[in-house]
Amino acid sequence: MYRTHPSGGGLSALATFDRFRTKVLAGVDTPRLRRYAFGLIAVAAGLLPLMAGSAKAALAKMPTDGADTLLMLMGSALVLLMTPGLAFFYGGFTRSKNVLNTMMMSFFLMGLIGVLWVVVGYSLAFGVGFNNPFIGGLEFMWLNGVGGPLGDAPLADGFAISATSFALFQGMFAIITPALISGAVVERISFKAWFWFCLLWSLFIYSPMAKMVWGGGFLGPLGIGAIDFAGGTVVHIASGVAALVTAAVVGARKGYPESIRPPHNVPFILLGAGLLWFGWFGFNGASYFAAKGAGLCFITTSTAASAGLFTWCMIEWFKDGKPTAVGAATGAVAGLVGITPGAGFVSIGSSILIGILVAAGCFIAVQLSGAGGSGGSASSKLDESLDAFSVHGVGGTIGALLTGLLAVKELVPADYFPNSAKILEESGNFGLFIVQLKAVLITYGFVGIGTLVILLILKATIGLRVTAEDESRGLDFVCHGEEAYDPMTN
Amino acid sequence: MKMITAMIRPTKLDDVKDALLALDIIGMTVTDARGFGRQKGQVERYRGNEFTVDFLPKLKVVIVVDDAKVDAALESITKAARTGEIGDGKIFVTPVENAVRIRTGESGPTAL
Repeated sequence: MYRTHPSGGGLSALATFDRFRTKVLAGVDTPRLRRYAFGLIAVAAGLLPLMAGSAKAALAKMPTDGADTLLMLMGSALVLLMTPGLAFFYGGFTRSKNVLNTMMMSFFLMGLIGVLWVVVGYSLAFGVGFNNPFIGGLEFMWLNGVGGPLGDAPLADGFAISATSFALFQGMFAIITPALISGAVVERISFKAWFWFCLLWSLFIYSPMAKMVWGGGFLGPLGIGAIDFAGGTVVHIASGVAALVTAAVVGARKGYPESIRPPHNVPFILLGAGLLWFGWFGFNGASYFAAKGAGLCFITTSTAASAGLFTWCMIEWFKDGKPTAVGAATGAVAGLVGITPGAGFVSIGSSILIGILVAAGCFIAVQLSGAGGSGGSASSKLDESLDAFSVHGVGGTIGALLTGLLAVKELVPADYFPNSAKILEESGNFGLFIVQLKAVLITYGFVGIGTLVILLILKATIGLRVTAEDESRGLDFVCHGEEAYDPMTN
Repeated sequence: MKMITAMIRPTKLDDVKDALLALDIIGMTVTDARGFGRQKGQVERYRGNEFTVDFLPKLKVVIVVDDAKVDAALESITKAARTGEIGDGKIFVTPVENAVRIRTGESGPTAL
């Protein structure tokens, strides 16, 4: 993604590193020792690419462009629709007594995160006030000053989109990311715990991740040089890893795995997958930030989804004799997840390859983590209920790594991605692959530990689960006082 | 009067209805039902998870007829609902003490 922020804030990663280096090295006199010490610090910080000094971004000032800004506004609307789409996708999988609760875990975030993002989330992700490569600032609280007095000022040098459209677009990503996690803990987490989890996770995990990757921070093209077009690390790996951790801490559903039931509404799953695909045009396509060149990202997005859907069904057809509707929906989503980090960086041919490989990888992950159903053998005691990690975590990881291997030099221009372009120039796609791998591992570590801390705090204070009795009764009535399907309402 | 309860394949409802209408048996109640007999369940697969679904969808058709019509009704239903495969269903016959038509208050066989 082409993401920095006004006042050249992207360079703060370098500035911070320089200050830190100067401080440490001040006490070392011998030149040779200085060199060793410098190397050690750089390696320890994973900042090797920075040592060579970075090409300064030379981006020209541009006036706000109507078409580009419209792309962002259209993209925002599309990405918003993904959250109710996800609610249907997940809602179809659960038992009918839990469908409203499952859908609310996503739908409610359009309220909670929608407000939180404007109040402080955006500022923490894309501000520069703290002058820190890991977290933004507080200067954009309440979106104060974003887009100037009329809201039409451009985002930054080199960008022709308005800052307001960017802030809204980013808000939609902030809403859907925690919603993705919900798949791991449906049918047993209390809604109160979910509320506080999402609030804290968004502030302490999501905003720093967005800063690090897109806000000119530590992991991005101005930091170690990893590239993430539309959220392979920030959205999918982050939510996937968080899903794995929450599933482990919250624990399995009662009676798992013998008690699990088939999806209660497969058409919901198809409807949800369709809405996700539709919204993904905004998610990836509008992440190009310019209308003229967005066609490539629109195509790669769709072809990867097609390839994923097709691959998943073919595997099922050969392996089990029948292609399934649930498999088609899952394969399409896997393809979309996989292309997300590379949508604007790879060729159209590569996008098909990514769709195929990611769908195959996710298929294997789903088989390995699956409960086997009431007739099969449980191969895993971890109740990662709706495969949030197996699809988003695994798919995001494979996609991020393939982006390193398949990125096309011309699509990673040096003025927007100085350090990434440099790596690609000097050590080729394998060099970028190593940097991508590093970014993936750092994301796993940061999100895994951060999520664990938040969960342990909530577990010790308000508790995470509903009672066993309430779990049997169903969370729709227990948490919301409603039932989805009441035969007596005619 | 006898109550005839037929558990049939959902696809056979129209055939059964037409057969009963041909006998001048007017009026029936149909409900969705789930069950199994010797057919046992079916195996379904979602994302590689296998589920043996024991209870298969059936329809439960309930009619009440005059004693004289019972044999003809049983024969018609059996003929109309049969495919010859396991899972065609079952028919139960039970005695009925009385029947009342709510609109007029008539009772006994005339209320049918």
